[in-house]
Amino acid sequence: MADAVLSRRQILRTGALGGAALFLGVNLRSADVALAAPGDNATFKPDAFIRIASDGRATLIMPQTEMGQGIYTGLAMLIAEELDLPLDGVVLEAAPASDKLYGNPIFKVQATGGSTSMMGYWMPMRKVGASARAMLVAAAARRWRVDPQSCRTEAGAVLHDPSGRSLTYGALAGAAMRETPPTEPVLKDPSKFRLIGHSHRRLDTPEKTNGRARYGIDAMPAGVRFATLASPPVYGGKVLAIDDSQAKSLPGVRQIIVLDDLVAVVGDTSWAAMRGLAAIDIRWDDGAFANVSTETLYNDLEQAGRSEGAIVVDTGARDSLIGDGVISARYELPLLAHAPMEPMNCTVHITPGHCEVWVGTQVMTMTQRAAAEEAGLTPEQVTVHNHLIGGGFGRRLEVDGIRKAVRIARLVDGPVKVVWTREEDIGKAPYRSVYGAWMKAKLENGKPVAWSHKAVGPTVVGRWLPPAFNGKIDNDAVDGAAETPYDFPSSFVTWVRHEPRGVQTAFWRGVGPNLNIFATESFVDRVAHEAKQDPLAFRRVLIGKHPRARAVLDIATEKAGWGGALPPRSGRGISLQFAFGTYLCTVAEVIVADDGAVSVTRMTTAVDCGTPVNPDGIISQIQGGLVFGLSAALHGRITLVAGRVQQSNFHDYRVMRMDEMPRIEVHVVRNAEAPGGIGEPGTVSVQGAVCNAIYAATGVQLMRMPIDQALIAKDLQA
Amino acid sequence: MVSMRVNDEMTEVAVDADTPLLWVLRDLLGMTGTKFGCGIAQCGACTVHLDGVAVRSCRLPVGEVGDRAVRTIEGVGSTPVGARVQQAWLDLDVIQCGYCQSGQIMAAAALLAANPEPDDADIDAAMAGNICRCGTYVRIRDGIKRAAQHG
Repeated sequence: MADAVLSRRQILRTGALGGAALFLGVNLRSADVALAAPGDNATFKPDAFIRIASDGRATLIMPQTEMGQGIYTGLAMLIAEELDLPLDGVVLEAAPASDKLYGNPIFKVQATGGSTSMMGYWMPMRKVGASARAMLVAAAARRWRVDPQSCRTEAGAVLHDPSGRSLTYGALAGAAMRETPPTEPVLKDPSKFRLIGHSHRRLDTPEKTNGRARYGIDAMPAGVRFATLASPPVYGGKVLAIDDSQAKSLPGVRQIIVLDDLVAVVGDTSWAAMRGLAAIDIRWDDGAFANVSTETLYNDLEQAGRSEGAIVVDTGARDSLIGDGVISARYELPLLAHAPMEPMNCTVHITPGHCEVWVGTQVMTMTQRAAAEEAGLTPEQVTVHNHLIGGGFGRRLEVDGIRKAVRIARLVDGPVKVVWTREEDIGKAPYRSVYGAWMKAKLENGKPVAWSHKAVGPTVVGRWLPPAFNGKIDNDAVDGAAETPYDFPSSFVTWVRHEPRGVQTAFWRGVGPNLNIFATESFVDRVAHEAKQDPLAFRRVLIGKHPRARAVLDIATEKAGWGGALPPRSGRGISLQFAFGTYLCTVAEVIVADDGAVSVTRMTTAVDCGTPVNPDGIISQIQGGLVFGLSAALHGRITLVAGRVQQSNFHDYRVMRMDEMPRIEVHVVRNAEAPGGIGEPGTVSVQGAVCNAIYAATGVQLMRMPIDQALIAKDLQA
Repeated sequence: MVSMRVNDEMTEVAVDADTPLLWVLRDLLGMTGTKFGCGIAQCGACTVHLDGVAVRSCRLPVGEVGDRAVRTIEGVGSTPVGARVQQAWLDLDVIQCGYCQSGQIMAAAALLAANPEPDDADIDAAMAGNICRCGTYVRIRDGIKRAAQHG
């Protein structure tokens, strides 16, 4: 049953991302294989992901970027489970750029995003481990002249119990290379899992507690100089003229670079560069978007919402949604910055015929290609060293910073590290777009008989991975709308493509579902209110074919004490979702002050992401995802005046801090379904849950994020 | 030329005395564990200890360090409190991306050194200046309490 649900989901995604089969065939023979020399110093390299040296030291190559989500640990667990390899002491290495060897099975390019890693690599990585294990067993059996079936593996060694013999993987490294990988490796029965399903400490934590972890911003190639840059304050602007007379004489300033759309200063330290740049008077040509404001964007959005749009689902709701008794509402999301803690940066060294790049990126091969284009080289002439990422959230799916750094580096003699100031990071970035959802429903006898959802927004996929967009419907943009946990007797779901003016749009943690789940769950509460029903009871009746959705709804509401007494002007709100292949329900509890100030006091989440590979890692991702969503719901807002972003740093682009934290409880459902995504679902659930809690506490339903204290106060007085 | 004591060792750097300590550590001494986050003392990623007190190194001119002992994430493990905080962070798997965690650990160690048994309000007050975009606050709080218990 649930398998069918997931496959349907996978088909959706696959459809969205190019139409090819979901899983790439795992490349079990890397180009290096032929070079592996047997002997004492042999290295077992059965594929592009595993190296075991003759001393037993194991290195696992990580095709996905570690940006905090714990994927290094998760993927290593999959390989190690099937290979019976101890994880202690395993070395994890970031993969080099290669779509062929390291392309994400879902995207087909080497990209980390969309909560796809565990969905995509669940089978391929296990097969990698199982194949390697089979080769090691075959090598041992050949040496002992015994039947491979009589051997077993444990903790990095092959054992032959009848004769009491054993050989470590290291000792078998050379011989195993001569074995043929099995065409259909035998996977472990899940009941035999030692690692999968058991919480394992993250493998990347020790270096992150003592300052030794290296992020892109920590790259220090010999002789590196430090640079910072200023991009146009208005999207698409150009440099008109600069006055650098003061900057030139500041200590530590080495070079001032003026390109058509940016100014950069190179210095002995990043500080010297930043101080130098601040001393330059830059006059900009603002270009076409100098009259764009936040109001312009919302007006444009409203206009776009009048269009019919492309039909995504039509099961006959249209005729029922006309005339009396139709409930309608519109929900909107603002522009947002990503503001990862590691500011954008990229270190580049260009020498004749070669470009070397040090960066933390979610997109290795796109980075390589972008650098090649800007350097006037071929991708093969570009070496990219990927690093740990100090927060991605979608920002490092973009290569704008790499392009700028390479353009600067072309003019610098020696390696140069370009670090953006936080002001550039927040004020001159690709943003999460404004979005709108137009909702309608018809109630009969207390039940919704017809439901419509029109999602309006840009296609980021269409720009970022053009083959994945069919030109009609962006499946990410309607994710969470096209398929809900609810069985509405009739539905009508449409999508209007609308590209906002004057901003570059980007993916942002939670992507399409951030709009669609917020709108759906808010509107479900609104309709329940009109039907004079309890939001939990109302949802229970609507859930038909999704027992896993019902289960997370029941767990979260029970653990949250749904229906229990609360202090005055407090409320609980539900948000239930099926997105990223994962079922999740969050119950938020809020208290609203007389002045409209909202305190979120408690968040209770139940999540079913199929087989929980690393349960504590899942809890971590939900805890963090909720906080990310709370930042957006409570504070997140990028505004434009005269084409210029009004926010610049953490004082005016507020994010959650320790003293605002609610109590958070996460309950992980255990089952044997294939894994769903976990990086984004928590974030997606927050806006709906918190707004529904405010609705319950005050009777005020918020239609636009972030939460508007003044609006609540006004409505409370009215 | 500026001389100062960093992690129990004297060091001399040829640099303009206005340069914030953060950039001296990172760019000139190659001690990249201390992180740049905002440049205006709003996020805490650059937190180091000056005579055991948590300070934001992005706004501290290196010329003002003087005789005070600088301790960074690279050296905090040699203090008993710092080692306990690091261990608690490992035990509870506090960290996600980790970029802010040097600052979080330095702030937590300074808190515990001054107040061995902080309550939630103390933790809020001491830690609210340190942003974590991954949202590890639940575990940071638990980690501080764990490190306090093991003191």
